[in-house]
Amino acid sequence: MESFFTRFKNVLVLVAILLAQTIGLAVQVRRPVEPGAPDGSSVTLLRYWAVASVTPFERFFHGFGYNIRHGWSNYIDLRNTRRQNHDLQEQIARLRLEQAALSEDAIQGHRLQALLDFQQHYVATTVAAQVIGTSGSDLSRVLYIDKGSKDGLKPDQAVITPDGIIGKLRDVFPHTSQVLLINDQTSGAGVLLATTRLRAILRGSTTGQILINNLTPDSRIKPGEQVLTSGGDQVYPRGLPVGTIESIKPDPDHQPYTLIQLHPAANLNQLEEVLVITGTQPTLPVEAQRDLAVGAATAETQAASAKQLADQQAAEAAARSAAQIVADRLPSIHDPDHPETEATPATPGAAPGGVVPKPLPTIRPDRYTSGTTPPAADLKPGAAEGTNPTTPTNPPGTTTQPPTSAQPPPVKPPKPKPKTNSTPPPNPQP
Amino acid sequence: MATRSYTSRRELEQHSFSPAVALLVPLGAILLQALLPKPFPRLAILDLPLIVTVFFAVSRRNPVAGTLTGAAIGLLQDALTNQPIGVNGMAKSVIGYIAASIGIQVDVENLTTRIFINFGFFLLNSLLLFLINRRLLGHPDFHILWLHELLRAAINTAVALPIFFLLDNTKRRE
Repeated sequence: MESFFTRFKNVLVLVAILLAQTIGLAVQVRRPVEPGAPDGSSVTLLRYWAVASVTPFERFFHGFGYNIRHGWSNYIDLRNTRRQNHDLQEQIARLRLEQAALSEDAIQGHRLQALLDFQQHYVATTVAAQVIGTSGSDLSRVLYIDKGSKDGLKPDQAVITPDGIIGKLRDVFPHTSQVLLINDQTSGAGVLLATTRLRAILRGSTTGQILINNLTPDSRIKPGEQVLTSGGDQVYPRGLPVGTIESIKPDPDHQPYTLIQLHPAANLNQLEEVLVITGTQPTLPVEAQRDLAVGAATAETQAASAKQLADQQAAEAAARSAAQIVADRLPSIHDPDHPETEATPATPGAAPGGVVPKPLPTIRPDRYTSGTTPPAADLKPGAAEGTNPTTPTNPPGTTTQPPTSAQPPPVKPPKPKPKTNSTPPPNPQP
Repeated sequence: MATRSYTSRRELEQHSFSPAVALLVPLGAILLQALLPKPFPRLAILDLPLIVTVFFAVSRRNPVAGTLTGAAIGLLQDALTNQPIGVNGMAKSVIGYIAASIGIQVDVENLTTRIFINFGFFLLNSLLLFLINRRLLGHPDFHILWLHELLRAAINTAVALPIFFLLDNTKRRE
């Protein structure tokens, strides 16, 4: 026996170590109710030792780099501050206008929710934290932050950034916490498709992608659709951005469901600062209510000014139309059909007192129309009227009467007008 | 001095390390592994603890020491992840044992040998993790992109060679 143990000492040691670790794995896997949950008390101790030995160095290096970066940006690199301030002011003004447009819908939505007695959870309190390290393995998407139980953090609290959700707290130590990212294979979240309003479950994967694999094929779901948190998992408040749909294809592992891949709203690979949601409440926070009221007031002001402008424009249009009607009924010096005559400049030999306006062309010319009288040299005294027509000039604007003589005078065709209009000219009456 | 050969055991030296080196180098590797992916996310593909495990195992040429070194480094690496503790421990225990066993038989000071054993051990590590997650832990959705694993093995081999040369200076001849 001794020779057996001596002979196979190396293999026996390997088998013993593997067996001990297998038993340890079995104990750990049996305990948690769901993946992503915190460890049991005995395992937490081992993780606590490991985290306690590594995180002080992570804090040191993070703080060192942070102080150098902010020392440069806060004291030395201020030359772009004025321009940034101006850009931010413009952005604030634009956002206020957008807020005004959305606040009315939000207020109405809250009224309807109150009617339906619907309990919403709004973000009440948050704790800002810095990311100081990672797990070091791309099979485990975990971050470490520099806040822990001493700062009021607890397991299963949501972690977000202004761009969207990041994950939730898994293990919380006194001064450090472990954040399980949404793209970890053991992570999950309840989500809602913004346009189609379909509810789904978001999961991470071993390759770091975030997927939805519990929806059946639906033609309404299209790439580019926004995905928000649904609030159904009791971890993430409702309405927070999760990502946008990148691709939709059949799931080979779970027929007939589809595999929907999302592009996360927040950049999960480069996180510096995060917010941990430490408290929620059923009503909007005071600050949000104030912003909503400001937005509603701005919207009312905009509506009033728009109404005033519309009224003013309507009044001007009415006045213009009344003036136009009056101008159409009364004769005017200026012919609206021949605007070029108005625009014609005065000739050099014009009378100093003014230019005599030209009469309008006659619609039905006859022998009395001006311009139809032949010159005196062509007239013969005593000649018949038919051969020597002598007609007095008619005042402009008057309608012509049909001639009473037996032989009607030759009717000259009306002169064609330079500007053509849609209506044809009337035929001359016999 | 007799010429070294790959099958001659007498000329193959066993090296030991000072306690400070034996303790600080693995801790430093784990610390760097946790720090580097934060500013450079692409560096998550590296596995510095495995490089250190292979180095200590082939240098000591003692399977028991290689197994225990791999187990310790793997367990410490597991403690920083959200995986159950023991996944990397088991994988690195096996790799430490095999690396030390190969170190007894083969001269691992040679550059070509180091390239081959590093590349092979990184592929073996990927295979062991796949088997542990799929069979032992029962994760049917655990998939591995083998092309990505080949790339990982190549990159880590390239990083391992200069690290091996640096750590060669910490050896103590017995």
